[in-house]
Amino acid sequence: MSDRITRDEVIHVARLARLELAPDEVDAFTEQLARVLEHAADVESLEVDDVAPTSHPLPLANVYRADEVTPSIDRDEVLAQAPFAEDHMFRVPPVLGEEP
Amino acid sequence: MTWSIEPTLPEGWELVVGLEVHVELATATKLFCGCANRFGSEPNTNICPVCLGLPGSLPVINGTAVKYAMLLGRALQCEVRPSVMARKNYFYPDMPKDYQTTQYDQPTNSDGELMLADGFTVGVERAHIEEDTGKSTHVGGGGRINDAVHSLVDYNRAGVPLVEIVSHPCLDTIEHAKAYVSGLRDILLAIGVSDARMEEGSMRVDANVSVRPVGSEELRTRCELKNINSIRSMGRAIEYEALRQIDLYSNGESPRQETRHWDEAAGRSTPGRSKEDADDYRYFQEPDLVPLVPSAAEVAAIDDAMPALPSARRSALRQLVPAVSVSVEVIATLVDRGQDELAIAAIGKGADPEKVVTRLQHDLAVDDFSKITAGAFADLIRMETSGELTATQAKQVLSEMVETGGEPRPIAESRGFEAMPTDDLAGLVDQLIADHPEEWSRFVGGDDGDRKKMQGFFTGQIMSSTKGQADGRAVADLLAQRSAG
Repeated sequence: MSDRITRDEVIHVARLARLELAPDEVDAFTEQLARVLEHAADVESLEVDDVAPTSHPLPLANVYRADEVTPSIDRDEVLAQAPFAEDHMFRVPPVLGEEP
Repeated sequence: MTWSIEPTLPEGWELVVGLEVHVELATATKLFCGCANRFGSEPNTNICPVCLGLPGSLPVINGTAVKYAMLLGRALQCEVRPSVMARKNYFYPDMPKDYQTTQYDQPTNSDGELMLADGFTVGVERAHIEEDTGKSTHVGGGGRINDAVHSLVDYNRAGVPLVEIVSHPCLDTIEHAKAYVSGLRDILLAIGVSDARMEEGSMRVDANVSVRPVGSEELRTRCELKNINSIRSMGRAIEYEALRQIDLYSNGESPRQETRHWDEAAGRSTPGRSKEDADDYRYFQEPDLVPLVPSAAEVAAIDDAMPALPSARRSALRQLVPAVSVSVEVIATLVDRGQDELAIAAIGKGADPEKVVTRLQHDLAVDDFSKITAGAFADLIRMETSGELTATQAKQVLSEMVETGGEPRPIAESRGFEAMPTDDLAGLVDQLIADHPEEWSRFVGGDDGDRKKMQGFFTGQIMSSTKGQADGRAVADLLAQRSAG
């Protein structure tokens, strides 16, 4: 097994996504994620000193929208597709952890 | 100028406070979609695929929000720089996308400052653009998140444009923290980018508080205080937190870095659950939004359009009035009330600066003084200074001017406050001279001090016998005339 990622790191990342993993799933994901990271490591071997970091493929900047109200969508239609709704709001389980 | 030393902290300890102030921008629409940015709408009526984070939707940034953010940045003396948006990833239902679009390592505004009325300068680390989150209501357990049965989420606020203003941890007293927040609010209102209402949440303050022994430069473990709903509440929350930490240190313990919720009714804070570390947010540049690159011309245009800010208005008025008789607080009060322009204009028309400030401070503490023109106000002050009106009469005339917007002279006349006709006055002065030969000879033949003292005596006698209706300047003229003749 690769040492690219540890079981603890997988458990930590799963917690950030609020995923509950069984022990055998932790093992499976540790192995799979390690392979992904291994593949990414291939990219690290490339010489990129002369390449500027790119977050956007297009040479664009300052694309603005006018501050004009456009129609919103129908809330009943949206809420009908939510797992649970109450008082015209989305009903969710109590969430552990702080609001950011 | 010295400010009162915090009476609340035990001797030997000092406060270190940094503030994060979130400000909702007063745009018509949200940051990345055309949904209305409106407080108090029916739940989930201002929502669309973009602010709900539905698959396939794409954000486009609101040009007005960016402009407002840069305007605020320049008002805080920030450098306005090329910036990019970033994703802050976290799992919480108030953000249906599972990330908040914000700015991270390249914020729009950085390295600014705000100078308080007493000259203390608060460093502003950054003022970045981000979107607001939805609003959760916790049901069950008395509304407390930790005991909630479930939560209800309204996404009207999700995607509303915010600027987060982050100060350096340089605030050393509660008074400075309060003055900083109220200074920010003044600026926001002056430049018109937010209504800055703490009670409606359009301005929200989180306080990072730590303490240290006086003279130390270290930054100790801090706690972040949330749920602060007013400037006063912030003061109480900071005080409570500082005392709690000092108590821990005094018992040989240390505070834990944590978020704490302020409970205004109970007057105390309770620990929240621990927050994720910055690394856990896995920030990365937002691929769906292109960089913001303001041109030098754009920044120059913002500077040109900048209205006079409260600090500049305070110093403009400060320069016109004597520092010994008019305090920093009085100047700040007049600027807060928006009366500095009237004061400066009246002083420009020759009215006595100290008298102008006094009348405004004590007798014009009203919401609407818009009917009073600088010319009329200057006339009133001149009538008072010259002795045509007594202080009491001047106040009465002023209150009528507030109502009607009239000129002071006709108002004074209609109330019978007009100066005595000069002929009548001359008779009174002559009679007074005849009754007081000794004083008169001191006035005519004495040195400057005597002459001044006797002028006061004669003027006082005339004022008292005419119940203040004599014109002080006319009395002075008559005395001078008689002594020369």
